[in-house]
Amino acid sequence: MNTNTALLFRSPLKREDFRTGLLCLLPSAVIVFIFIIFPIFFSLFLSVHEWSILTSEMDFIGLGNFDRMIHSKEFWNTLKNTFVYTMGVVPVGAAASLGLALLLNRKVLASGFFRTAYFLPVITSTIAVAIVWFWIFDTNNGLLNIIIRKFGGTGIPWLSSSKYAMLSIIIVTIWKNAGYHMIILLAGLKAIPDEYYEAAQIDGASAVQKFFSITLPMISPALVFVLITNTIFSFQAFGQIYTMTGGGPSQSTSVIVYYLYQRAFEFQEMGYASAVAWVIFVILLLLTLLQLRLQRKDL
Amino acid sequence: MTTIKIAKSTILYIVLIALAVIFIFPFMWMVVSALKTDVQIFSYQAKFLPDPPQWKNFITAWKQIPLGRYYMNSMFVSGVITVFQVFTSALTAYVFARLYFPYKNVIFILYLGTMMIPTQVTIIPLFMVMRRLGLIDTYAALILPFLAYPYGTFLLKQFFSGIPTDLEDAARIDGYSRLRILFKIVIPLSKPALITLSMLSFMWSWNSFFWPLVVTNSSKRYTVQVGLAMLKNELAMSTEWSMLMAATVITVLPVLIFLIITQKYIIKGISISGLKG
Repeated sequence: MNTNTALLFRSPLKREDFRTGLLCLLPSAVIVFIFIIFPIFFSLFLSVHEWSILTSEMDFIGLGNFDRMIHSKEFWNTLKNTFVYTMGVVPVGAAASLGLALLLNRKVLASGFFRTAYFLPVITSTIAVAIVWFWIFDTNNGLLNIIIRKFGGTGIPWLSSSKYAMLSIIIVTIWKNAGYHMIILLAGLKAIPDEYYEAAQIDGASAVQKFFSITLPMISPALVFVLITNTIFSFQAFGQIYTMTGGGPSQSTSVIVYYLYQRAFEFQEMGYASAVAWVIFVILLLLTLLQLRLQRKDL
Repeated sequence: MTTIKIAKSTILYIVLIALAVIFIFPFMWMVVSALKTDVQIFSYQAKFLPDPPQWKNFITAWKQIPLGRYYMNSMFVSGVITVFQVFTSALTAYVFARLYFPYKNVIFILYLGTMMIPTQVTIIPLFMVMRRLGLIDTYAALILPFLAYPYGTFLLKQFFSGIPTDLEDAARIDGYSRLRILFKIVIPLSKPALITLSMLSFMWSWNSFFWPLVVTNSSKRYTVQVGLAMLKNELAMSTEWSMLMAATVITVLPVLIFLIITQKYIIKGISISGLKG
């Protein structure tokens, strides 16, 4: 502590603040150090080791795990799947959420009912949602194929064919999260001052013009937030894939976190899985930095 | 003019209702499926409504599957996590919002920064530590890593900063200590924010899946989510759909109703995250 702070500490009030502050921060600090800071370093350590379950010995192998990853077809496949999944979920999801928010931003009777309806999947657990949709997607007796057959079509093997499985997962995810991002966008829409629209009205602007020259620019910070956070969420998708497809059929829905789960907890390759975790971390870090940049620009 | 208006609002309501159906119908399908017999489930002339409704499916599911146990586990784990998160968040938020503390803004940013570290990075080392400590399949393993919550600190700091300091100044003149001010003045004034945070914490820990999946391995410690996922693996294999749906209804409905009633707070918590980044 430098002399400056020592001087400040002469004030007994500040001394009391400092003591109280230490006391208040201590519990959280202990938890953060044990459960976040320490594991990060341990994870770095693991990522350059090979850990065998048979001997439970750590062998230092340098960048061996990363080398194995680069040459693993499975790893690239999961990365590709994660990318496909994200590209499916994020833009369509944002458009759907914006649509819902715009609808609810009008003067609507029973708007509370509609908002609750769209919000229902958000407050339901991913696992329960995944189970219900697993049943809806069932090829033989699922609701979706019953409807398709009623209209004379042939049933689609939603989850049992590698052609449709990822699409099915994407549909469920959009359905589950649309209401969440709707809330954020709705808050953004409500923050736009009415005067802007009134002024545009006087100038004789059409609804489309108003949308593109007022609504969209005004809501773009919230929209950027939704796009980036949803991308970050998407890179961490796990529960619905674990429940609905188990990464299959033939690895078509195996995303990167599912790959990490299998490597770490089914094959006990803790070192290799930690290396995969760091790849996820770096990708998410870049996305977060992008978000911070874009948001600063918007402000 | 008016006919156009009527037509427009008719279309608006048709769209709103159609969307509501898309979001609600899967829940209804879950309930009606839970009430059907296997014969009704597999009949190609599938009727929407179960005839007659098999209420006993719920009793069978409750008796055959340790759902009560999963419920108790989830309630206990989520309850403890929520109470501690609110408590630790209030303490830290108070420091960052009010107290003199060296480098407190830097500490605050760093603390929030820990949220950017994906759980995937910490989960493997944490698992190994828990195994070394013999804590696998215990409540401790389910609870301990989540006793502090940076977003909670952020949320409460925003709220605390918005409270006028007059009352606290007066209390200080009366000789109240900082801690006493926190518990006697600031916390009672922050009830809406504290409820919002509790709801977010509860919902988050109730629905969490990855860590409970990794750290439990017996139905004695399964949370509702892990129990359901395991159940799905069993029952979908043997195509016992009505049983699976009955179990899902039992575990989903009570919490869903609770969250619907309190959604105002959850919505507030989510809106803040978007407005402030």
